[in-house]
Amino acid sequence: MTTLVVNGERREVADGITVADVVGSLTAEQRGVAVALDGEVVPRSDWSTTRPAEGQQVEVLRAVQGG
Amino acid sequence: MNLGGRDWGSRLIMGTGGFRSLEQLEAALVASACEIVTVALRRIDANSTGPSPLETIDRLGLFVLPNTAGCYTAREAIRTARLAREAFATDWIKLEVIGDDRTLHPDPVELLSAAETLVAEGFTVLPYTSDDPILARRLEAVGCAAVMPLGSPIGAGRGIDNLHNIRLIVESAEVPVILDAGIGTASDAAQAMELGCDGVLIASAISRSDDPATMATAMRLAVEAGRHAHLAGRIPRRLHATASTPTAGLPDL
Repeated sequence: MTTLVVNGERREVADGITVADVVGSLTAEQRGVAVALDGEVVPRSDWSTTRPAEGQQVEVLRAVQGG
Repeated sequence: MNLGGRDWGSRLIMGTGGFRSLEQLEAALVASACEIVTVALRRIDANSTGPSPLETIDRLGLFVLPNTAGCYTAREAIRTARLAREAFATDWIKLEVIGDDRTLHPDPVELLSAAETLVAEGFTVLPYTSDDPILARRLEAVGCAAVMPLGSPIGAGRGIDNLHNIRLIVESAEVPVILDAGIGTASDAAQAMELGCDGVLIASAISRSDDPATMATAMRLAVEAGRHAHLAGRIPRRLHATASTPTAGLPDL
């Protein structure tokens, strides 16, 4: 198992999990969703090939109302 | 209005924060006739953030302007802008870098630094700035597509605290000036336009009013009225009266 910090919470995930898997576990939406790995953006085209490593921080963001 | 290399039919940009429901948001967006709307990025699953407004905005065919609200440093704002570019497939960013949470005033040092980096990365940067004419000039000099000074603090609803500073910014800016923050009611929006601002960005004054759709209508009309008044040119303020009716030909009674 690999431990990631997903949106601020520690999560045990299967080894080799991809960013696409992490996003898929949170939402089915694509538009308006963005992912940062240790603060750096992961382009959508790289979601299915990017595998977060032990201890990395994954932020999965979406559009909300805001001024 | 030409903003960011595109022509827009509306000079009213709407923020989507503070609406009590998506239905209310939609009614206000329609009533405002705005074309550009702001959205923010937050963590998925944070329950407090409410439903996504994106479906509504897309259905109405509006242009999404993501913001960096909640960022306190250039680093956070730059990263948020990059994420927004990925999320919304747009290079446009409303750049906010806040100095403290009591005033929500911009941090000018961090703001300018973030603006410079994002312009270099190809973003169309629309910075929320204080009403300081020198900072506005510096933001323009680093390549921002507009300057967006506050009238008064975000959500304060006081209108324009310092008319003179807004006039100074308008007088020297060669990019559009969008009054952003502080508008409380329609006359504030009209005043911003009368001063020569190219547009206004309004969120709270509409979303937190008792009837957002009706206030959105009021703001649309105010922006149009203020723009026309600006183009027409107001008469000077005078101490004494100036008769509007000719004195020649007065009968001797």
